[in-house]
Amino acid sequence: MKIVKIAFSSLVALLFSTIVFADINVTGAGSSAVNPIVSKWAEAYASKGVRVNYASIGSGGGIKQINAKTVDFGASDGPVKGDDLDKHGQVQFPDVVFGISVVHNLKGFADAELKLDQKTLADIFLGKITVWNDSSIAKLNPGKKLPSSKITVVHRSDGSGTTGAFTEYLSMISSEWKDKVGKGKTVKWPSKGATGAKGNEGVSSIVKRIDGAIGYVEYNHAKKVKIAGFSLKNKAGKFVAPNLDSFAAAASNADWGSKPGMGISLNNQPGDASWPITSPSFIIMYKNPTDAKKSKAALAFFKYGFTTGKKDVAALDYVPLPDNVVAYIEKNIWSQIKN
Amino acid sequence: MYNSSMTEETSLDLVNTQQEISNKIKKNKILDFYFHKLTLGFASLVFVILAAIIISLFIYAWPSLKQFGFSFFVSFDWDVVNNKFGAIIPIYGTLVTSIIAIIIAIPISFGIALFLTEMCPAFLKKPLGIAIELLAAIPSIIYGMFGLFVFAPIYAEYIQPLLAATLGKIPLLGVLFSGSMNGLGVLCAGIILAFMIIPFIASIMRDVFEVVPKVLKESAYGMGSTTWEVVTKIVLPYTKTGVVGGIMLGLGRALGETMAVTFVIGNAVTLDPSLFAPGSSITSVLANQFGEAEPGLHFSSLFAIGLMLFVITFIVLMIAKALIAQVEKKQGAKS
Repeated sequence: MKIVKIAFSSLVALLFSTIVFADINVTGAGSSAVNPIVSKWAEAYASKGVRVNYASIGSGGGIKQINAKTVDFGASDGPVKGDDLDKHGQVQFPDVVFGISVVHNLKGFADAELKLDQKTLADIFLGKITVWNDSSIAKLNPGKKLPSSKITVVHRSDGSGTTGAFTEYLSMISSEWKDKVGKGKTVKWPSKGATGAKGNEGVSSIVKRIDGAIGYVEYNHAKKVKIAGFSLKNKAGKFVAPNLDSFAAAASNADWGSKPGMGISLNNQPGDASWPITSPSFIIMYKNPTDAKKSKAALAFFKYGFTTGKKDVAALDYVPLPDNVVAYIEKNIWSQIKN
Repeated sequence: MYNSSMTEETSLDLVNTQQEISNKIKKNKILDFYFHKLTLGFASLVFVILAAIIISLFIYAWPSLKQFGFSFFVSFDWDVVNNKFGAIIPIYGTLVTSIIAIIIAIPISFGIALFLTEMCPAFLKKPLGIAIELLAAIPSIIYGMFGLFVFAPIYAEYIQPLLAATLGKIPLLGVLFSGSMNGLGVLCAGIILAFMIIPFIASIMRDVFEVVPKVLKESAYGMGSTTWEVVTKIVLPYTKTGVVGGIMLGLGRALGETMAVTFVIGNAVTLDPSLFAPGSSITSVLANQFGEAEPGLHFSSLFAIGLMLFVITFIVLMIAKALIAQVEKKQGAKS
């Protein structure tokens, strides 16, 4: 009996001590695209006594959770519309910018060696161009020996913000795509034999396995698994390779205030060096949060990410927000959040 | 004096013991009462959960069923952008992969069960039996991983070209084996499902075969029957309902399999007659799209196909249970 009493009291003391010395727990959920960078920031920020827990459940999940007020911030690749933000009393701001790379499995070609323009890209994904040595592709790549293998389109089978950004770009450059398919997190891929896989990891592993496959993944993932991609023709008519400079060029021309909740698209941006398939990712928070202390801690966390955490952003192959955009966010968005 | 005191003590003891006994009986009666009510509650929980699942599936599926009506079951569309949904593609995928799995699994499981009961040398019987049970216990996601990383490349490099060169050349049947050979698709998913349900069906068949009275088989052998004649004329007729029940249970498991199928079926949004082509099953569509489903018709259509899977599996399981119950009745009558 005495042992039980001692054990019980020490357990209570242990529990009590964890409560007394507990850090502030900030929770967030949403986009899997930004999971690497938010986790990296959270890891570095933990020493400041604030624990940020991020659940990578997908953009849709992030919006559902912040609407249900179960988390302190939600993360979504696709911006929430201004009307919905007002309805829920939320504000929105971007946290990072990432690029989407169109990858392939054509042996013997280096990364960004092969070129595609808007029409060939759309026609491939529409299923109108079915073999690699089609004349329209060969014309863009003179001197390159293209195989006669069939083109297999690989897409995301799960609902994805990456699909949303990619199909938005295709809708912008091809009216046929816009009418036939449209943009969305899940779409009806028209190409014959198009195969779906779960997550960026699924798409890259299926592309690597099928000869003559083409797919789309986030740039940081493409770099991590070392899969080769195409150079694309941008709005200015120049062929650019996907890299942090071309994504930053796309983001530099952006007019962030033009849409409510800063919900602009960075696809098909003007500028000679701009990468055409670029997307910001957004954070959604409440103007009148239920827990003001946690909300304030979350904002301090993002401030850290935008300043000291900038080095992590580039290291993980995302594009950090320029300082003037951060200043805009602080002045116009964070000022609306009550603390 | 000595005698009377003894009698007093004994009679007091008697009264005390009688008191203790009646107290114990009362306590046991109360305990029995509560035990009965508690276990009755647990048992009725089963009905409550079943009813809750059916009702909630129906409620969430209703908007979609109301909107599309009967056309939901014959439409080829699964268009999230334009809010048009139809169940044919997922249902086709579920049925075709399960049918392929059953066609492959029945002869193989039958062979395994037969070997184990009739022809297996004694030293091999136990290890083989344990191996089959281990295989049946492996979580299905492991089969999916095995399918994607080990089987699919072998399938793409050897099996698909072989099928295309042989069965693919037959005029009408050849359509089933045409198209690009990527190592993923409906046939691959069916084969992986077969791997999964073979141990399951084989162990049920083995259990059923072992129940055949030895005296029947020995009499047949004694009259000069071959092993094959004993199997086809004695064992199978005796166990046919159990065998069919086992097959139905395996089919039920194949119908509901999610992750193993999602990994290798290719997740296509269009219908292609070739078995080499990627497809979708009800479970793969649910696994892929449920997390990010838009509230409204998309969400409701997902529940609708889930409801259909529930109905299909329920029917298969009910048939299986009825058949197996028949076997048990027969056994009871015979013994």
